[in-house]
Amino acid sequence: MKNSSRRGFMGKAFGAVAAVGAVGSLVAMKKSWDPLPSVRAAGFTTLDMSIYEEGVMVTEKWRGKPIFVLKQSAKMLEKAKENPRDIERLIEIAGSHYMVCVGLCTHLGCIPAFRPDTNDFKCACHGGEFDASGMVQLVPPPRGFDIPPFKIDGSKLVLGEASPEWQAMKDSGITL
Amino acid sequence: MAHFTKATGVKDWLDQRLAVNKLEKVMMSEYWIPKNINFLWAMGMVLVITFVMLVVSGIFLLMYYVPTTAEAFNSVNYTIMREVDFGWLWRHVHGVAASVVFLIIYIHMFTGIYYGSYKKGRELIWISGMLLFVAFSAEAFSGYMLPWGQMSYWAGMVITNLFSGGSLHADGFVEWIRGDYVPAQAFLGRFFMLHVLLIPLAIMGLIGLHFGALRIPHVNNQEGEEIDFDVESKKYLDGDKAGSKVMRFANDFMSKDMMVVGVFLIFFFYLVFYNYGFAMDPVNFDPADGLKTPAHIYPEWYFLWSYEILRPFNIDLGLVLFAFAQVIFVLLPFLDRSPNTCAANRRGPMFAIWFWLMLSNMIVLTSMGKLPPEGIFSTIGLVSAILFVVMWLALPIITSMEKKV
Repeated sequence: MKNSSRRGFMGKAFGAVAAVGAVGSLVAMKKSWDPLPSVRAAGFTTLDMSIYEEGVMVTEKWRGKPIFVLKQSAKMLEKAKENPRDIERLIEIAGSHYMVCVGLCTHLGCIPAFRPDTNDFKCACHGGEFDASGMVQLVPPPRGFDIPPFKIDGSKLVLGEASPEWQAMKDSGITL
Repeated sequence: MAHFTKATGVKDWLDQRLAVNKLEKVMMSEYWIPKNINFLWAMGMVLVITFVMLVVSGIFLLMYYVPTTAEAFNSVNYTIMREVDFGWLWRHVHGVAASVVFLIIYIHMFTGIYYGSYKKGRELIWISGMLLFVAFSAEAFSGYMLPWGQMSYWAGMVITNLFSGGSLHADGFVEWIRGDYVPAQAFLGRFFMLHVLLIPLAIMGLIGLHFGALRIPHVNNQEGEEIDFDVESKKYLDGDKAGSKVMRFANDFMSKDMMVVGVFLIFFFYLVFYNYGFAMDPVNFDPADGLKTPAHIYPEWYFLWSYEILRPFNIDLGLVLFAFAQVIFVLLPFLDRSPNTCAANRRGPMFAIWFWLMLSNMIVLTSMGKLPPEGIFSTIGLVSAILFVVMWLALPIITSMEKKV
């Protein structure tokens, strides 16, 4: 009886030591899988917005992802103004409206193609469609294109840095 | 110390130290196999041989493969394919075996379902087998990343995105899995590690469990007959080999097993030498480009059925049904409420229809998954996906109504 209670104590004592070690190892393992500081530090891109032409879709790159930049033509802007959900998605810089979005389908991350004749985007993977302001028009994508964190700096746009304008979009659910 | 005597030979020397005679009896000469079986019972051995070929060819590929985003594509498509003597052989053996192993796994699985080889006493065989299926799926996926072609990259993107959980938007979790915002060096490095070390270790452990789970209940037979292995093996050992219902695993059953393996290997190397193209997607011969999605992204054929269950629905429902499809087969021993262990066709019309309909539906889902999601194909895919779920939900009901055969 005495023996078994001693063994019981030793078992519990080892269990406590092992539990601390196990938790510690799991923390270390989790952290080792985190994105490296160098990866995080490379996460900023600055775009000069004055070079874009109206109605021409340009793909830029930010954090390895494609960024769709589409300076809205008068026709696109007119259409966007009909729907508040559309016009709110556009970024106004020096009097022009731009769609600046992460160019990945919000369904499973394929890159939709821009169709200049219909001024919209079509994803080849599962058939999702987005309009010229990046709003979803046809499922399966659950929402419009995500808008990357941005900061307006004169005629430049810094991607990766949140500004009050972007925060407002996020808070009102326009983007994630 | 235990008592040792002067050995009479090498085998006796080993026997005193490792009990090799006992081991041989337990694993081979007195591991009893029912006689009433057919060639489908050889699929386990075919899988073992295929796995060995994957390991051996993988070892040779590993010597020249470079797991960096800059070098990976060329190390496969130039170094291994052009420079290494017989490098093409290892690559084609590895690629074809990775595809064919799933064909055999599916045959093995549906053989088990047809003959009720997951029923009472054999649940662990089924569960460990389904865990092996999961491990092989992870192994196939991680290996598909390594050539770092367009399909590697975009399959990696799409599959890791599944872990954001749809509307849960666990993007931080996805970035954690990748080690970057998109599949890049950190991603390739960790999937390389998973493919060549961690998952193969898990597979080997699970194969041990799968065999261990088989040892006590023994393999099933065509009639699902409960055999008294003590009585039948005694009959065999007493000389009545013809009257006994069982035979030795080695060399009696092994000789037939290896005969089937031989036929399989001829078919396998025919594919390796003359028809390896099906295992080598042309899109993957373009280097990975994060700014260009291929026109159609589809998985290898063995994942198409579950992909098709994901596809017709919105992201959340799709993910839920996809998860359902991934785990539901594991639960088969508990969802089948019938007391009968015998061939599906003899369990009454309900289960027979269920079995053949499930098999056909999986083939339909597989075909639709390959076709572009348009028009009639979308509709067929949707109906098949719904049918798949409904059939599994109906299984406990139709099997509990089944009469004892």
